[in-house]
Amino acid sequence: MQATAQGRAPAGSVVEAKALNLTFHTNDGPVHALKDVNLAVERGEFVSFIGPSGCGKTTFLRCVAGLETPTGGSLSVNGLDPDAARRARAYGYVFQAAGLYPWRTIGGNIRLPLEIMGFSEEEKKRRVRDTLALVDLDGFENKYPWQLSGGMQQRASIARALSFDADLLLMDEPFGALDEIVRDRLNEELLSLWARTGKTMLFVTHSIPEAVYLSTKIVVMSPRPGRISDVIDSPLPKERPLDIRDSRDFIDIAHRVREGLRAGMEAA
Amino acid sequence: MTDTPLSAPGAGVGRSGRVALWLRGAGGRIVPVLTVIAALIALWYVACIPMNAHQSVLLAERSGAEVTPAAASERRNMGGIALSLRNPGPALSAAFAQDRPVLPAPHQVAVELWDSTAGMRPTSKRSLIFHGWITLSATLAGFAVGTALGILLAVGIVHSRVMDMSVMPWAIVSQTIPIIAIAPMIIVVLYSVGVQGLLPKAVISAYLSFFPVVVGMVKGLRSPDAMQLDLLRTYGATGGQTFWKLRLPASLPYLFASLKIGVAASLIGAIVGELPTGAVRGLGARLLAGSYYGQTVQIWSALFAAAILAAVLVAIIAGIERMLLRRMGLAR
Repeated sequence: MQATAQGRAPAGSVVEAKALNLTFHTNDGPVHALKDVNLAVERGEFVSFIGPSGCGKTTFLRCVAGLETPTGGSLSVNGLDPDAARRARAYGYVFQAAGLYPWRTIGGNIRLPLEIMGFSEEEKKRRVRDTLALVDLDGFENKYPWQLSGGMQQRASIARALSFDADLLLMDEPFGALDEIVRDRLNEELLSLWARTGKTMLFVTHSIPEAVYLSTKIVVMSPRPGRISDVIDSPLPKERPLDIRDSRDFIDIAHRVREGLRAGMEAA
Repeated sequence: MTDTPLSAPGAGVGRSGRVALWLRGAGGRIVPVLTVIAALIALWYVACIPMNAHQSVLLAERSGAEVTPAAASERRNMGGIALSLRNPGPALSAAFAQDRPVLPAPHQVAVELWDSTAGMRPTSKRSLIFHGWITLSATLAGFAVGTALGILLAVGIVHSRVMDMSVMPWAIVSQTIPIIAIAPMIIVVLYSVGVQGLLPKAVISAYLSFFPVVVGMVKGLRSPDAMQLDLLRTYGATGGQTFWKLRLPASLPYLFASLKIGVAASLIGAIVGELPTGAVRGLGARLLAGSYYGQTVQIWSALFAAAILAAVLVAIIAGIERMLLRRMGLAR
C-alpha cells in the first residue's frame, strides 16, 4: 500500500482551494457558508478542520468530495476539478455515522464500493481481506453490523473508504458519536494507519485535543461567514504516544487553537 | 483486540434450557390470546339469548308452553333482552339450536364449517373448500397483478417528479371510491367486452391491493437517508446501482408490511366481486345465497372461512418475510 502511495508522482498539492466561496440560498436569505477560503494540502499531510458548528468545515469537505458545488473561486483535487477527481476515485469518504448497510455483512459492506467500481471477483476478495486486516477487524468479515460495537462499526466504515485505495481520505467527525475511551484508541489506531499507508487525511472535528493529537496542520475556522481564521503547523513529531498530550508543545498548540476559536467567535 | 461480538440471545443456554425458554415464550403469547378468544366466545353465547329470544319464545308457545306476554303482537314490539328476562326458561333452552337463528351459536357455526369442509367431497357445490378455491384463485391473481403494479408505480413515483405529482393523487382518489360502488361497474364493463369469470374479480382484487403496496414501497424506497445516498455518490454510483444496492433492499421491510395488508384487501376484493353478479360459485356467492334464504349459519360459516383464509394468507407472507429478512441479516 505504501508502495502505491509513493509510486504516484506528487504533482503539486493534493487539495488546493483559491478564494473559494459558497453561498446557500435559503428561505431566510443567503447563507455565506464559505468565504474566501485559501488552502493548500500537500501529499501525506494530516489536516484537521476545527471550529464551531456553522463554520463551514463540513461544507469544505463536501466541496472537496464534489457533494457541494462552490459558487466562486477554484478548487482542485489531485489537479482535477472535484467531479473529475471523484470519477478518478481520488478519495474515500468517512461520514459521522458508520452508515453500514444492515443487510450486508462487514465484508459485504466493504465490497460495496468495489462492486460499484467494477473490480474483479478475485480482486474484491483480496481487497476486503487486506482492508479488514488494516483496521484490525480480521475474522469479522461474515458478521453483521449489529453484532459489532459502535467503535468497530466505525472502523469497518474506514475500511470501506480505504478498500479502493484512494490516496486521499476525507473524514467528517468520524468519532463524534463515540465515547472518549473508544475515541482515544481509534485516534491512536488512525495515526498508525496513516503512518503505514502514507495517505493524505482531511479530518473534520470539534474536539481540540483530537485535532492537536492527530494533525500535522490544524485549520481553525469561524462562522458567519464560514472562513479560515488560523492555520497552525504542528511541531509535534510523527511518532505520537497518547501521553504526548501532557507535553509542553501539545498544550501550547491546544492553547493557540483555543485562542483562534475565541477570536473567530468575537469577530463574528 | 479485546472486542467480542455481542452474543445472540439464549446463546449460552443449553438445549433443554432453550426448550424451556421457548415454552415460556410461547406460553406467554398463547395464554393471553386464548383468554381473549374464550371471553369472545362466552360473550357470543350470551348474545345469542336475547338475539334469538323472539324465535325461542315463539317455539315454546307452539309446543304449548305458557309465555308472557301471550299476544304475539305485543312481543314483536319488545326488545330481546326484556323478552328473555320475562321468559328465562324458553329463551335459554332454545337459544342455541335453532335452524335459522338471528345469531347462530359458535358451535353451530363450527359444525357447519366442519361439515362443509372435511365432511364432503371438495368438488361438491356445497363444499366451502370448493367455494374457497374459486375465491382464492381470483384473490391470488389479483394480488399478483396488484403487487406488480404497485411496485412499478412506486419505482416510477420515486424516480420521476412528474409521476410523483400526477400518479399519487389519483392513487389516493381511487381508494376513496367505495369498492361496493365501483365493483359492479367493473364487472358490467368487462362483461360487455366479453370478459367474465375469474378475471373481473381479479381486477377488483388488484384495484384494492395495489394501493398499500404503492404507499409502502414509496416510503421504503425513500427510506435511505441523505448520508447513504451521498456515500453512493462519492463512489460515482449510477441511478441503477443506487436502486439495486440501496433503495430496493432498504424497502423490503416496508414492502412486506404492505403485502400483508394487500393480500387481505385482495380477498375482500374477490368476495365483493362475487356479490353483484349473483355468482353461484365462491365465498361471496355463499354469503349471498345464505342471505337470500335466511341461512344465517351458512353466512357465518362462509364468513369464518373467509377470515381463516385471510389469516392463512397473511401468515404465509409473514413466514416468507421472516425467512427473507433473516437471510438478509435484518431480523435478529
